[in-house]
Amino acid sequence: MAVDTLEPRGMRPRPFFTPRKIIIYSLLFFVSVYYLFPMYVMIVTSLKDLDEVRGGNIFALPVRFTFDPWFKAWNSACTGLYCEGLKVGFFNSVKITVPSVIVSVLIASINGYALVNWRFKGSEVFFVILLFGSFIPYQVMLYPMVIILRELKMFSTLQGVILIHTIFGMPILTLLFRNYFASLPPELFKAARVDGAGFWRIFFQIMVPMSLPIFVVAMILQITGIWNDFLFGVIYAGNQNYPMTVQLNNIVNSTQGVKEYNVNMAATILTGLVPLAVYFISGKWFVRGIAAGAVKG
Amino acid sequence: MESSVSIKNLSLDFGSVKVLQSLDLEVARGEFIVLLGPSGCGKSTLLNCIAGLLDVTEGQIFIGGKNVTWAEPKDRGIGMVFQSYALYPQMTVERNLSFGLRVAGMPKAEIEQRVNRAAEILQIQPLLARKPANLSGGQRQRVAIGRALVRDVDVFLFDEPLSNLDAKLRSDLRVEIKRLHHRLKNTMIYVTHDQIEALTLADRIAIMKNGEIQQLADPHTIYNRPVNLYVAGFIGSPSMNFLEGTLNAANQTFVADDGTVVPIATYQFATPVSGSTKAVLGVRPEHIVIGEEAKSKPFNQEVEIEIVEPMGSDTLAWTKIAGKAVTFRCDSDVVITTGQKILVGFDPARGSLFNAETTNRI
Repeated sequence: MAVDTLEPRGMRPRPFFTPRKIIIYSLLFFVSVYYLFPMYVMIVTSLKDLDEVRGGNIFALPVRFTFDPWFKAWNSACTGLYCEGLKVGFFNSVKITVPSVIVSVLIASINGYALVNWRFKGSEVFFVILLFGSFIPYQVMLYPMVIILRELKMFSTLQGVILIHTIFGMPILTLLFRNYFASLPPELFKAARVDGAGFWRIFFQIMVPMSLPIFVVAMILQITGIWNDFLFGVIYAGNQNYPMTVQLNNIVNSTQGVKEYNVNMAATILTGLVPLAVYFISGKWFVRGIAAGAVKG
Repeated sequence: MESSVSIKNLSLDFGSVKVLQSLDLEVARGEFIVLLGPSGCGKSTLLNCIAGLLDVTEGQIFIGGKNVTWAEPKDRGIGMVFQSYALYPQMTVERNLSFGLRVAGMPKAEIEQRVNRAAEILQIQPLLARKPANLSGGQRQRVAIGRALVRDVDVFLFDEPLSNLDAKLRSDLRVEIKRLHHRLKNTMIYVTHDQIEALTLADRIAIMKNGEIQQLADPHTIYNRPVNLYVAGFIGSPSMNFLEGTLNAANQTFVADDGTVVPIATYQFATPVSGSTKAVLGVRPEHIVIGEEAKSKPFNQEVEIEIVEPMGSDTLAWTKIAGKAVTFRCDSDVVITTGQKILVGFDPARGSLFNAETTNRI
């Protein structure tokens, strides 16, 4: 063959269909199909009416295309006694998630900064205790926290559950920020001190602007974590503040009447939409944040 | 001479580790002091103490006659330049330069005037709108120097400012720092592990080891009359040749361990000696001469060349004297080859004698 007799010169040819590439891509393809299939079933089921669902062919595309289950899930599905749909839960979740994320990320970042740059007597011990907190199972602390919140008159309130999320997010977030700030050159901090900047100015004008990736990572962790939380919501938030996840459970697991699979599917997708959106929007940042945290020496 | 920075009996411990031990240092106004030593000798720590970035355990620090032992860095009248530049990455050069002034709440017009002056001195005006990421290493270090410059301080502290630069830039910027010192006449304290920087820049060099100053003197004295074996071995590249033996005060000879006799009548003793003592004779490679010139020296001997290292400007040769490996430096035009027999000699007057036990200069 002519190709074999050609003398190698210039760029080495890189054929697309090598055995290696075929294996990698086919593997990736099957894995994605495997993971996307439940999603597919959920979407098509949520777009069918109940008669069609009862037909039993769960993989088939909807014949009578309808958005009614989605409207019902949002507006009028019954969660126990009330039939106001998921929207109540959605807004509750927003009311819980937004303040929890802001407060916990703010406090944890200040913690991490202080632990790295303003070492005080016992700061290492303090950090170890904080770290230890992340290894204690939540179940151990549930009941004591109930009592503490009761004594603070915050049980079954929005503030109560926000406080809980802030406290329980603290160990991992502080660790995250501490490690990131520790990776920044200490000379920057020294230079800022020589320039006369104090604790807050160094934090807000030097450290925070340099730490955007880690703030994004922390926000993603907290938004998805708190949005997906069920346990704290059901225990501490109180009936009127149940987050979306709890209401979803109440819709799906209601034992009265007909099981409305299409509504359940729509409700589940609606609940998962926020974390999904967060990942999609922040994907690039997320990777960048992790890489920044890992690579910087 | 008026004292600009004065350190009295300074000690610093990290737990049980003594980093600095009752250290005293007087720096005159306008003086360029270099703290030189290997890594871990405490030179950067000392600088951080002067800057107020580390709290001292014991002792006092005075800057401009004021006791600043407990003062915040910004109140000490110092500017500091770091090895890693430590520029604020999210700010432009102009903002970097003005940060300290803005923190101090200085009027805008004065900030602008000072930034422009610093930019003009350091020739970084075209860079003012750039971010540090878009600057080369040399430009970054200029900006870092500028940040100390705008603060209009009495004392500049440099923490290995050139160590991150490549060889050529380093020597360029070294000259510029010297020029800057001539122009501003500020007190400068400069930490480095590079002896060339120390010798070229310093009015006086403080050689440090294990948190103590070994010798504080001008470069010429440090180089030619080191106070102990440590300083002698640390300064100079290639380092000083050492011969071990016995010093005989009565007949003014130094007898090496293998019996080689070196007459030392020309040597100027730092302390009067008598009797015989175990001693080490140190001779710098460039003080050993060859050929005809060697004949007139108090000590000369024929040796065999083992290795020749042409360095371009001169040539280094390795041989043995009194059983010890010895290097000497000669003109690059002189042809010497491995295995060649050659007459070498030196004058002990240019060498150094150390007590073998105390390692101090005799």
